[in-house]
Amino acid sequence: MHIVVSIKQVPDTSEVRIDPRTNTMIRSGVPSIINPDDVHALEEAIRLKEQFGGRVTVVTMGPAQARDALRETISYGADEAILCSDRRFAGADTLATSYALWKAILKIGEAEPVDLLLCGRQALDGDTGQVPPGLATRLGWPQLTSVFKIEELELSARRIVVHRAVEGGEEIVCSRLPCVITCTREINIPRYPSFPNMVRAARYQPTTWDKTDLGIDDDSQIGLRGSPTIVSKVWAPGPRKRGATVLIDGSDPEAAASQLVRLLMHEPLLEVEVASAGDKHD
Amino acid sequence: MTEPAIENDTERPPDFSAYQGIWVYVQHRAGIAVPVSWQLLGVARELAQEIGAPVASVLLGHQVGHLAQDAFEYGADRVYLIDDPVLESYRTQTYAHGLALLIQQHKPEIVLYGSTVQGRDVAGAVATLVKTGLAADATELSIESEGHLFHASRPDFGGKLMSTILCKRHRPQMATCRQGVFPVPARISGRTGEIVEGRLGLSEGDVATQVVEFIPETRHVDLSNAEIIISGGRGLGGPRSFDMLFELAESIDAVVGASRAAVMAGWIPYQHQVGQTGQTVRPRIYLACGISGAIQHLVGMQDSDIIIAINTDREAPIMKVADYAVVGDMFEIVPALTRKLRALRQDGHAGASANEPREATEETDSVGGQPGGN
Repeated sequence: MHIVVSIKQVPDTSEVRIDPRTNTMIRSGVPSIINPDDVHALEEAIRLKEQFGGRVTVVTMGPAQARDALRETISYGADEAILCSDRRFAGADTLATSYALWKAILKIGEAEPVDLLLCGRQALDGDTGQVPPGLATRLGWPQLTSVFKIEELELSARRIVVHRAVEGGEEIVCSRLPCVITCTREINIPRYPSFPNMVRAARYQPTTWDKTDLGIDDDSQIGLRGSPTIVSKVWAPGPRKRGATVLIDGSDPEAAASQLVRLLMHEPLLEVEVASAGDKHD
Repeated sequence: MTEPAIENDTERPPDFSAYQGIWVYVQHRAGIAVPVSWQLLGVARELAQEIGAPVASVLLGHQVGHLAQDAFEYGADRVYLIDDPVLESYRTQTYAHGLALLIQQHKPEIVLYGSTVQGRDVAGAVATLVKTGLAADATELSIESEGHLFHASRPDFGGKLMSTILCKRHRPQMATCRQGVFPVPARISGRTGEIVEGRLGLSEGDVATQVVEFIPETRHVDLSNAEIIISGGRGLGGPRSFDMLFELAESIDAVVGASRAAVMAGWIPYQHQVGQTGQTVRPRIYLACGISGAIQHLVGMQDSDIIIAINTDREAPIMKVADYAVVGDMFEIVPALTRKLRALRQDGHAGASANEPREATEETDSVGGQPGGN
């Protein structure tokens, strides 16, 4: 079977700091990583390949730097990795991104039909989760989002059964193949790269496709021009506006617990044990 | 590259006068609506007043007419309804198809969805079908009375920044909106409105998926509707310490939450996570135990009515945000608190279920011990 995994290289937001004077992100020194959900999608693809045979092709859209992320996917066991990169893709929102990636998946499918497209549930930086539905809609394939388990896959019958995490529980859904699946982090525990794959990754040169390679001759659907949304304003959220914090001395746990009982029961605190922040106990 | 580009155009927008009204997608399972469906009617009403537009709910399903009445009572002037056996269970293909049809026929200028699993699932497909912009997970909404440009703002980069998303040249303007951020509007019993029915035009044979089974969660973690949340963070030191929080929660009918750090460490499942990448909550009381208060956590809980923090570090960020900051050892204080609450409950104390506000509230306010309020 042929599985395509669509990934994104993202800044590690746990490392992102904001300049408080300019409200801009301090990008320098922020490491780029494969979006964590996407690593689980890749792992699932490799497990399916091990079980059913076939190949795994990874695709991403991004600047030249994204090659590093693609090489990393090779070290995990991907067979091939493709970078869609073009100056004119810059500034793409989710609609324009799904357009370019859709063209890439169509091209990948020309060489060998695609049975399954796996993606992470959402990206760490954008947090939108909108590109996979965009891809599924453009491809005309069913989409199964938020999947935490693949129950059954029957290649001959062209069907797959998955468990989705949805509001209030889980849903077991059966779908026709090909389809688009987005994976949650619960779906598997990703492996470490194997030594032979690391050697291969170190030498690997990802295939690069620009807009001409993808057969895009009109720029109205890509990059900034193809993006209906724009960011008009970025600001740092202000602190919560409240009265002063009331400090409760917890050095006597029993007394502190009594105060908390009163708070939970909507009763006034015993004032003698309370001091506002900044005040001193007498 | 999915972040939208920073604004740089100055051209005049096209004429969108054919597009009118604000729609809210009604998410439900088997005829039971998810609260965000009504929460968004409240904020939709506020936006509609700015521009003098009608508010509508858009409802798809099978035998779900009763939800139209709920929608009217929560403030919808109109309900766009497709009732069809093919819509019995939610499936992206059928629901996105139906919504896109209604949008193309009736041309709303704004469509809001909850940023739930289903809301995100359907909105992403609809935006691609109708080729328009979609802001994700908005927590603040506003509209310009001139030109009706819709501002959807959302936390970005792990909650460290807010950004405002605009969709200038396409209609409708769409957003998924975070649950628990906008309050449910007052329900007006007997309020009615107009039902506009649409046709799906799909048969079961056209659909590529089937929902085989729905398994409800046995211990459902309903953070977004909880009155009291007891949350734990890195300070708990390990998964077993969460038992202490579950015991406390049980003694006052609270729900247990967690910081991202505790979830990432594998101490508690993701469904408990409060914050930017978890759930936004606004309980009456939020008790944070051993949580330092990373910004990504604070954005998810700072609208709680009363915030109490227990921490050994008086300088932790959470202690500045809290209304009541207990400087002490939670491993001693929390068990003591649980014991006292259990004793109250055994004594048949009227207020043992702390979810019922008691008469003492007025007295409390007069003492001046309670800061802020709302």
